Amino acid sequence: MAVRRLYPDQPASFSFTAANAAWAQATIAKYPPGKQASAVIPLLWRAQEQHEGWLPEPAMRLVADMLGMAYIRVYEIATFYTMFQLAPVGKKAHVQVCGTTPCMLRGAEALVEVCRKRIHHDPHHLSADGDFSWEEVECLGVCANAPMVQIWKDTYEDLTPALFEKVLDGFASGRPPKPGSQIGRQASCPEGGPTTLKDYAKAGK
Amino acid sequence: MAKQLVIDGKAIEVEDGITLIQACEQAGVEIPRFCYHERLSIAGNCRMCLIEVVGMPKPVASCAMGVNDLPPNKDGSPKVISTTSPMVKKAREGVMEFLLINHPLDCPICDQGGECDLQDQAMSYGMGGSRYIENKRAVDEKYLGPLIKTSMTRCIQCTRCVRYMTEVAGVEELGAIGRGEDMEITTYLERGMMSEMSANVVDLCPVGALTHRPWAFAARPWELRKTESVDVMDALGSAIRVDCRGREVVRILPRNNDAVNEEWISDKTRHVADGLRTQRLDRPYIRKNGRLEPAGWDEALALVAAKLKAAKPERIAAFAGDLAGAEDMFALKDLFTRLGSKNVDCRQDGAKLDPRLGRASYLFNTTIEGIEQADAILLVGTNPRLEAAVLNARIRKRWRQGTVAIALIGERADLTYPYDYLGAGPQTLKEVLDGKHSFAGVLRDARRPMVIVGAAAAARPDGAAVLAAAAKIALLAGEGKDGGGHAFNVLHTAASRVAGLDLGFVPGGKGGIDMGALDVAYLLGADELDMQTLRASFVIYQGSHGDAGAERADVVLPGAAYTEKGATYVNVEGRAQLTARAAFAPGEAKEDWAIVRALSAHVGHTLPYDTLPALRAAMYKDAPALARLDMVEPADLKGVEALAARGGALGSEPFGSALQDFYLTNPIARASAVMAELSALKKNMNRGTTGTHG
Repeated sequence: MAVRRLYPDQPASFSFTAANAAWAQATIAKYPPGKQASAVIPLLWRAQEQHEGWLPEPAMRLVADMLGMAYIRVYEIATFYTMFQLAPVGKKAHVQVCGTTPCMLRGAEALVEVCRKRIHHDPHHLSADGDFSWEEVECLGVCANAPMVQIWKDTYEDLTPALFEKVLDGFASGRPPKPGSQIGRQASCPEGGPTTLKDYAKAGK
Repeated sequence: MAKQLVIDGKAIEVEDGITLIQACEQAGVEIPRFCYHERLSIAGNCRMCLIEVVGMPKPVASCAMGVNDLPPNKDGSPKVISTTSPMVKKAREGVMEFLLINHPLDCPICDQGGECDLQDQAMSYGMGGSRYIENKRAVDEKYLGPLIKTSMTRCIQCTRCVRYMTEVAGVEELGAIGRGEDMEITTYLERGMMSEMSANVVDLCPVGALTHRPWAFAARPWELRKTESVDVMDALGSAIRVDCRGREVVRILPRNNDAVNEEWISDKTRHVADGLRTQRLDRPYIRKNGRLEPAGWDEALALVAAKLKAAKPERIAAFAGDLAGAEDMFALKDLFTRLGSKNVDCRQDGAKLDPRLGRASYLFNTTIEGIEQADAILLVGTNPRLEAAVLNARIRKRWRQGTVAIALIGERADLTYPYDYLGAGPQTLKEVLDGKHSFAGVLRDARRPMVIVGAAAAARPDGAAVLAAAAKIALLAGEGKDGGGHAFNVLHTAASRVAGLDLGFVPGGKGGIDMGALDVAYLLGADELDMQTLRASFVIYQGSHGDAGAERADVVLPGAAYTEKGATYVNVEGRAQLTARAAFAPGEAKEDWAIVRALSAHVGHTLPYDTLPALRAAMYKDAPALARLDMVEPADLKGVEALAARGGALGSEPFGSALQDFYLTNPIARASAVMAELSALKKNMNRGTTGTHG
């Protein structure tokens, strides 16, 4: 993990959409009076979702003002949690490649190579067309289907470099593949059908 | 309930609820630490204070472990704690090794060198050698304003500075961004810190990450001669240490005084040091043909004596400035009495305070420490954040402890703690007095109420009425309560004011001094007078700095600044304290009382004291309160009653603030380039729409 800095080219202002503003008020109301600051992470997350997947500086100030927090406190939170993107991400996909041990053992490094080749040599940089960006992240909890990547809110599992390219092709053409295992197995069931209790299944019970 | 412990083989009984590091301190054992600080919240992140508790498998961070949290031994015997065991030694060496992994080895070019906690503790508890051969981390510099120089690569992330700014200064501007190895201390988008007490973070910094910018690379601590003294930038009398090299004051640092400033001082107190070097009056001057020209002492004193003798006693007057020492004022008053004049005044701002009413009528009777017991505080026409920044931190400390009602009548301001805003002018004060306002009930029900009247409120044309109303409110609120009912407080801004009032340095006649009807005016460091109204044909200015007074003067007598003389200053509470001479006054300048003494011989009314002790003996006879050094004696409540009885009609003007500009309040501060820079920065900050929070 490298030092995280604010993106130099920030929008002049940020405001929640009417729907998000109403949602924000409802979220703040969940917490007892005086504890509004508890809503800081949901609000920042919603701001990031609204702002094409990355968190601009004016949004931090807006959230701080909404919650009665000092700007520096929100800034601390936004820079601490790596899921807050401080720089623009790809318009079509921001690829989060899991690089933790199970995925790494199953070939995550090859997926990173694909990213380097197709998107940008370095993480957190936009591809030439601005549609893609990538980063390596820690365990996303899909170890049984390693290696995997997460794009937006979905995971794409059981990848090989070729399958991963296909996933990226899908995002590039605007028709993302079905999330989950890319080799067709259900959840983390064994590949090619059950391997245990076959007799039991044969007996029709 | 007391708790039994055995610390390094010594059985000790400690009170409940303290931490192990405090227990060890009580047992006389020193525990190394970086993040722990007595006056800040506990962070427990440096791990330097690890100790061994027998029965616990791992070393324990003693700053974060309370004695109550220790699991009891099965047989009920006291817990055994070791700070010298091999486990502790190894733990400390390990922690130190980790701290030094990313700490640069640049002590020879670091300003903290010689007074660095990390240096000292690495010597005492470190390994002695390094096993580390990899590259060290480097951190970008941060901009924290003109007072604080940063070398963030040296930072060990103890977060003392962050906690200080958030908790004590009450300005949430510093924070730690990023995480892990990449954690960095900074302000939001590197805006400079705007607090009146920001430079204290440098004292707190255990390493050289934050150092003082104004005296960067000026001196090593072991080259400096240290003199313990008292500050005069505001009326609190904060304890300071003046560090000099040769004749020059290099820096001013705080000393611990729990009763006054704890261990904080304001930025003005600290960084006024460069003002002591510039704009100095170092020889007598006489105005000839409209220009001040250098003169000798004899010539100047003879001229002054001739003018004083020639004028009628009722047409001469003496004014004492905000930085005048008690000895100086006493000698000057004595001289004027001998000349037959009662025209002396120490109230440059025209405060309607009268020492004849009694000491309680002009003191901060609750005392500064007493703020911590207060449960209702009414501020009248004051902005303590500017007028007494360290006292404001004490009110904030009280607010952080909870259950205190704070209300303000006067100018709205950010005081770093929330308060009920009651109103802007004397009408609201009247409502509270008449019991029509809800806060009157709060004061009545409070166990330890406080009413604090600012200097600006006392200096208004209707100041006497405002003081009377506030005194009445305080008397009603304090009646029959413990603490002697001392609820009435005046918050002065001038360091010399209380001593001046104690000495009766006020006009003897009824109406005060008619500024327009003077032949000779003697200004003892009085620069805040309106020189336009001073129509006197001949003005004598005695002081240390060339400011408004010297500009108007016909004769300038160069005096000593507060670091250059041993003088008595009485703080707002009535605590008499002595400054000490840290350096000699420049050039031909003399100590102020000595100038007055020399002049008295020229006038033909030689004052009967040749030494400072002799002068003090005479002064103590006149004002015994000044003799009780470093003590506060509760003043007789009759003074407040007399003040309350004065009455008068309240005006309708809203209350103003005593200080327009925190940084430029006296001749020394106005001579300081650092103060000028801060003042300009603050003005720009207020003008610009930077959206500064808090």
